[in-house]
Amino acid sequence: MAKAAGYDVAVIGAGVVGCAIARRFAIDGASVVILERGHDVLDGASKANSAILHTGFDAPPGSLELDCIRAGHAEYLEIRERLNLPLDRCGALVLAWTEEQTAALPALMDQARRNGIADIDPLTAGELRRLEPGLAASVQGGFRVADESLIDPWSAAHAYLYQAIAHGADLRCRAEVAGGRRLADHWQLDTTAGPCAAGLVVNAAGLWGDHVARLLTGESFFEIRPRKGQFIVYDKPAAALTRHILLPVPGKRTKGVVVCRTIYGNLLVGPTAEEQESRDEAGLVPETLETLRRTGRKILPGLAECEITAAYAGLRPASEEKSYRIRADLSEGLITVGGIRSTGLSAALGIATHVARLAGRQAARPVHWLRMPVLDQFGARDWRAPGNDGIVCHCELVTRREIEAALSAPAPAHSLAGLKRRTRVTMGRCQGFYCTAELARITKGRLSQPMSRPADRRGGNGDAG
Amino acid sequence: MQADVAIIGAGPAGLAAAAELARRGAGRIVVLEREAEPGGIPRHCGHSPYGMREFRRIMGGAAYAARLAAAANRAGAEIRCRTTVTAIRPGPELELSSPDGIARLSAGAVLLATGTRESSRVQRMIGGQKPGGILTTGALQGLVHLNHQIPFRRPVILGSELVSFSALLTCRTGGIRPVMMVEPGPHLRSRRLAALLPGLLGVKLRLNTGIAAIHGDGQVTGVTLERDGRGWHLDADGVLLTGEFRSEATLLAAAGIARDAGTTGPVIDAFGRIGMDGYFAAGNLLRPVETAGACWAEGRRAARAIAAHLSGRLPDAEQGVPLTVESNAIRYALPQMLMPEGPGRHDRIQIRFAHPSYGVLELVQDEAVLVSRHVSARPDQRIMLPLPERMGSDPVRLRFRART
Repeated sequence: MAKAAGYDVAVIGAGVVGCAIARRFAIDGASVVILERGHDVLDGASKANSAILHTGFDAPPGSLELDCIRAGHAEYLEIRERLNLPLDRCGALVLAWTEEQTAALPALMDQARRNGIADIDPLTAGELRRLEPGLAASVQGGFRVADESLIDPWSAAHAYLYQAIAHGADLRCRAEVAGGRRLADHWQLDTTAGPCAAGLVVNAAGLWGDHVARLLTGESFFEIRPRKGQFIVYDKPAAALTRHILLPVPGKRTKGVVVCRTIYGNLLVGPTAEEQESRDEAGLVPETLETLRRTGRKILPGLAECEITAAYAGLRPASEEKSYRIRADLSEGLITVGGIRSTGLSAALGIATHVARLAGRQAARPVHWLRMPVLDQFGARDWRAPGNDGIVCHCELVTRREIEAALSAPAPAHSLAGLKRRTRVTMGRCQGFYCTAELARITKGRLSQPMSRPADRRGGNGDAG
Repeated sequence: MQADVAIIGAGPAGLAAAAELARRGAGRIVVLEREAEPGGIPRHCGHSPYGMREFRRIMGGAAYAARLAAAANRAGAEIRCRTTVTAIRPGPELELSSPDGIARLSAGAVLLATGTRESSRVQRMIGGQKPGGILTTGALQGLVHLNHQIPFRRPVILGSELVSFSALLTCRTGGIRPVMMVEPGPHLRSRRLAALLPGLLGVKLRLNTGIAAIHGDGQVTGVTLERDGRGWHLDADGVLLTGEFRSEATLLAAAGIARDAGTTGPVIDAFGRIGMDGYFAAGNLLRPVETAGACWAEGRRAARAIAAHLSGRLPDAEQGVPLTVESNAIRYALPQMLMPEGPGRHDRIQIRFAHPSYGVLELVQDEAVLVSRHVSARPDQRIMLPLPERMGSDPVRLRFRART
C-alpha cells in the first residue's frame, strides 16, 4: 500500500515492539512498512524470553517503563480474545530464600502497591508451601501477585504483525537498513532489499538500535549493551511441579532466575544475565546450564527427576541505563525506541500507543481481526479436530494443516526457526529425530533458508571406503 | 472403537507381536502407527543386514520393514497409520488422534512398542549457537533415504556406537563426506565398528574428544573440539549426533508409570507387564538399544504373554520377585521383576555393563547364590543370564565381583 511518495511510517525492526508499533500505526490509518534484517520476524531479542505477561509490580515507580507495561498488559487483556491469544492467569510468587531477601519483601510489596497493583498478598513459608507443595522447604516467605500471567510470546507478536498487515502494512524481510537521508519532508532509506521512502521512521531495531541511530543521524543518545540470558526447558511432566510463576526477590540489575511453566506445557528455568559485546551470538554454555539446573532444583527439588528437552539463549537489548530510551524528534521525522531490555513482551502494546501519541496520531479502533492458531497445551489444539491432515511433529503434536497454515500466513515462515515459532515443530523432546524428513518434504521450496538440498549422486567422490 | 489387542508402534517388535497374535486367533488386532508407513526405524535405514533371524535372508531396512508389515497384514492384523496415541488410560483405554480428529479405543490388552530415539543436543550438553545443520542419525536417514536430500556436506560426527557406523553409510549414500568422527570416551563404543575401522570410509577418528561448542548463525560453520581440557576449532557445515539412545517413553511419563533410570524405559515384570492392568511393553522401548531382530523376538514373546493374559493364564503380578542391581558396573538389568514360569516369559535376564568389565555375575537371594557366571563384557554386548530354576519370594539381588 505504498503511496507514491512512499510510506507514512517505516518501522525498523520486526521484533515484538516493532510489530506492535506497526500494528498501532496501521490501525490508526497510516501506511506502514516494516523493515527486518533477518530471514523472518522475531529473529533478534524477541526470539527468546520467559513468556510472562508482567504486571509491572517491580518496575521503577513513575517510570515510562511502568506506564507502558501497565498499558500493554491492559490492552493485551482487551484484545486477546478477539485474536485468539492465550492467557494463563496463574499468578506469581515472589520468594525470599535468605534473611536479606526476607527483609526486602515489605519494600517490594509497598512498591507493587504504589505501582497500582492491588492484589498483593503477603505469605508465610507455610502458606507458600500449601499453595505450592513442590517448593523447597528452605523458602522463608514471600508474596503473591495474582495478575502475573503466562502468554504465548510468539503468537502474540505474530498476531500484532498479522493485524498490521490486515490494515495494509507491508513487511520486508532481509531488508537491513544500510543508511538513510532526511530530505525535505521524508526519509530516503537504503536497505539491502532496495530503497524505501517514509515520512516518519521509527527505530525499533532492538539489539542494533544505537547502530541504526548512528546510521541515520550520525549519533546515538544511548549505547546498546547486549545482555545474554540462557534458559533450560524441562519436558512436560515437570509442569506439574508448580502452578505459579516463581520469582526471586529481584537484584539491582535484573529480575533474577525465574521458574515457570510455559503456555505450551513445559517448565523453564532462566534467564541468566551476562553482559557481552556480540549482538548476534547468543551461545549456550554447558557450565551455566548446569548452574541453572542446580538453581531450579533448589527451588523445586522435584526437578531432579525431570528431563530437560531444550536449552536456549537470547540477548536483551539493554542500554547503559536501566530505563527505556524512547525519544521523538518530529522535526527530523524520527522516533527512537531503544533499550527495551527485558519487559518488551509485556510492554509492547503500551510502547506502541506511547509512540503513536508522540507522533501525534489519533488512536483508532481496529477494523480487521484475525484468529491465531491455538498452540497452548490445554487449548483446542488442531490435532483434536477433524481434517487436521495428520500429526507431523509427534512430540508437540503439530499437524500438517497447522504447518501449511504457517507457510501461507499473512507473513509466512521463511526459515525453520520461523516455522518453529509459529507452530512449535521440533521444539519438543526429540528435537527433530522423528519429523525432520517429513518437515523437509513439506517445506521444500518454501523457505528462504531451506532445511536440506538434493543429495549428490551415490558414492560422492571416489575416494570413499 | 474396540479391539482385542491394541499395539502402539509398527516397528519390528509391534509388527512381530501383531502377526503372532493374529496367527494365534487372538481376535481383532489393531496396530496404531503415527507415521504414514509401517516399519519403524528400519524403514529409513538403507543398509543391510536385516532379516537373518526373521526371514533367513539378508535384506535392506526398507524391504525388511515392508516384509514385516506384509506378514502382520497377511496374518489378519489391522495396521492403522497416521494414528497417534496421545494418552494411555486404565481400562485399557487409549486416546487417539488421526487426520479425522480424536477418538478412543478400548482393548483387552495393549502392547507398547514405541521404540527409541537418539539423545538430542541439549541432553549431551553441547554449548554454542543453534544454527541449522545439527541432526541425529535418525533425522539424517529420513532425509537421505526417504527424501534423497542432504542437510550438510562436511559434518562432524559425534559418537562411535553401532549406529554411528550406520550414519557413516548414510553419509556415503548421500555423497556427504564427514570431516571427522569424534568419541568422547577412550574406546570405540562398538567393537563391531572397530573391526571396520580400516574402512571407516576415509574419515578421521579422534578418541577422548568431544564437541564443546557449535558455531554458526544460519548454518553450522564449525565446532570447538575438546580433548583433555584443550579446545580447538574445526570447520564443518553440520553436526551429526549419533546414538545415546533413550526410550520413547512419553506415554508412560504422562500416565505416571514407573521407569528405570538405567534403561530409561518402563519397569517390567518377566511377562513384559508395566504395572497398569492389561498393559505390556516390548522392543527398544524397554532399553535402548538392541537390534531389530532382538526386538522382533521380543515382540513374538510378548504376543504369547498377551494371548495367555487374554485367556487368564498368566501368573498374578503379586507373585513377582523384585530384581535389584547391586553394582555400579552394571548399567541395567531387565526385567526388573522376576516371575514364575508361564507363556511368553523373559527366561533370561538382559544385562548391559557401563564399562568393559571382567568378573563374576551372581544372582543372590538370602545370601544363597542362585546363579553364577564368569563374564568378560563390553558395553556394546548384551549379557544374558538364565533365570534361576527355583526362587523364594525375597528380592533377588544381582551382584558383580570384578576380577583383574
